[in-house]
Amino acid sequence: MNLPLSAQLINLMAALLLLIAFAMLSQRRILSLIYLFAWQGAVLSANTLIVAWTTGQTHLYYSALITLALKVIALPWLLHRLIIRLNIKWDVETLINIPITMLIGIALVIFSFNLALPISQWAETITRGTLGIAIASVLLSFLMMITRRKAVPQVIGFLAMENGLFFAATSTTYGMPMVVELGIALDVLVGTFIFGIFFFQIRETFDSLDIRNLEKLKED
Amino acid sequence: MEILLVLAFPLAGGVTLALVGHRRYAAELNSLFSLLTFIAATRLAMDVVDRGSFVALDEFFFVDPFNVFLVALTAFVSFTTTLFSRPYMRNEQASGKLSANMIRLYHSMFQVFGFTMLLALLTNNIGIMWVAMEAATLATVLLVSLYRTPASLEAAWKYFILCGVGIAQALFGTILVYFAAERVLGSGGTALLWTHLYGVKNQLEPTVLGLAFVFLLVGYGTKVGLVPLHNWLPDAHAEGPTPISAVLSGLLLNVALYAVVRSKALVDGALGTPLAGNLMMGFGLLSVVVAAFFLSRQKDVKRLFAYSSIEHMGLTTFAFGMGGPVATFAAMLHMTVHSLTKSAIFFTVGHAAQKTGTQVIADIRGLIITNPTIGWGLLLGSLAILGMPPFGVFASEFLILTTAMRDHPWATPFLLIALGVAFAAIFGKAQGMVFGDTTAQRLPHSPALIPVFVHLALVLMLGLYIPPYLAAWYRQAAQLLG
Repeated sequence: MNLPLSAQLINLMAALLLLIAFAMLSQRRILSLIYLFAWQGAVLSANTLIVAWTTGQTHLYYSALITLALKVIALPWLLHRLIIRLNIKWDVETLINIPITMLIGIALVIFSFNLALPISQWAETITRGTLGIAIASVLLSFLMMITRRKAVPQVIGFLAMENGLFFAATSTTYGMPMVVELGIALDVLVGTFIFGIFFFQIRETFDSLDIRNLEKLKED
Repeated sequence: MEILLVLAFPLAGGVTLALVGHRRYAAELNSLFSLLTFIAATRLAMDVVDRGSFVALDEFFFVDPFNVFLVALTAFVSFTTTLFSRPYMRNEQASGKLSANMIRLYHSMFQVFGFTMLLALLTNNIGIMWVAMEAATLATVLLVSLYRTPASLEAAWKYFILCGVGIAQALFGTILVYFAAERVLGSGGTALLWTHLYGVKNQLEPTVLGLAFVFLLVGYGTKVGLVPLHNWLPDAHAEGPTPISAVLSGLLLNVALYAVVRSKALVDGALGTPLAGNLMMGFGLLSVVVAAFFLSRQKDVKRLFAYSSIEHMGLTTFAFGMGGPVATFAAMLHMTVHSLTKSAIFFTVGHAAQKTGTQVIADIRGLIITNPTIGWGLLLGSLAILGMPPFGVFASEFLILTTAMRDHPWATPFLLIALGVAFAAIFGKAQGMVFGDTTAQRLPHSPALIPVFVHLALVLMLGLYIPPYLAAWYRQAAQLLG
């Protein structure tokens, strides 16, 4: 295969994203999870920048910039401050052990590529091959949310899912129109603040951030 | 112009009340902003009656008979809810459950919530609609946990995570729609506008749109409370303050369903197969049946009526899924009467729970003795929501059932059994709460029950007589949706 340099770079970025998604899935330490989330944002931002430079879509420069500001700097910083303020030291607890989670993850990736196949053949973008990876990272983040017991990893899974969706938007359509992207960024930022407020409320009430405390409301 | 006013009043209200929401006059101010919004919404509706559908402000907004009737309904129920919440929240504050700061948060977020719903309804851009729907979750999530009890925190967390994940699926659906439309309409803003999308819906790629609809249905369906995505709904309704339960149930579910129905009209055009309608009928029927059987097991009065909301939203989704002029007409009528009736029920339930100091059905007794208006309100409201004639719910359910019998006879037994089970469950429980010995006591601020009877009177009227312009709206909207 003889792809142009930019396409090779984009494929490299997509591969890195998939790698980070798996690393997050296998990560036991909460601080490393935040660093991985920041790295995911950095790769995403770099990828957007490469696409912008190759295709000449100027609005993608702005969205690369927003990604950098929000997902590499602001959100990880917020999360980092939160876990220091909340004095969280413990490791990530999982519901299913990690090797099995990884195996489920591999199955999800195969499923995603199958799902992406009929769609990506319609795409005309240079990034179309990466749609499968975008769907895979959304599903892997989803898996992470399901298998984690504590509130903070769940939230990081949620934010990683949004990253995957952003990657899907870039790889199929060169990104959504600017006004929509700004709106999404605002929602994510406000959402993270509210998560932060929640952490404090949950801690105040339960003395722990264990989601098991939040499983009392059941049907009798 | 009215469009901007409809959005500007609640936004201004949100900002103003963020500053003065804890003052003594805040509740009146809250009502005033909602009243102004309602007046602007009425004028907008009259505009549509005169001029028909139109786009405004560089195609950013889009008004047609379908969304304008929801705008008017949203503004109206928000306004009556503020009237109800005035004494209700004062009682909560007097009983020491809420501090002044929480009241301020409540007032401000109530207005912001109204703003996000109206924006989701009025915008022409499916991306902005998504942003507004997510913002509606964000505005209400802190209100669900307003009491800071363990149960309310759990409910809010569940609401946040489940609706967040759900709405992320809807974002993926939106991306897929944009991807399909971009090939026809070119990149840039127009590929996300409803008006442009409808114009080219026959040229959109069917495989992509089919997949997009699945994601949109699952995503927005989570917010509609369709089974099996409904888990957050009973908890959020039971644990939040009652005015919020009333607007969540009466309005937010409608707005989410609006998003699904609009997407269905688009996808139907592209696919040319009944896939979208069948999916909606399946989810709708499942919701009706499952919710009806959960009703009899409920011990908490607000959970009871939350499950009833799932049942009715399921019925509406089913009717929209059947499609055709009669079923769509019936579905819109059902949306209207369900909103009015359910919010009226939550108003009475809220006061009843305050008077007896509990939400447990078994401990609420003899409302009709201590406060005949609350008792009668709850009794009449329950009868109305159960589809007793001559209330409007009867008319819409009758239309839905007869259409189902004609087009999809296999579904009718399920619907009839579910409606029967729901009747037995809710009527039995409501009877116990209304009659018998009482444990209720006097409240420091006397309840506002005018909204309850205004709503019920409107529902009664819609059962007997639908004003010609309203019928014309419904018909036009049904035509638009095909």
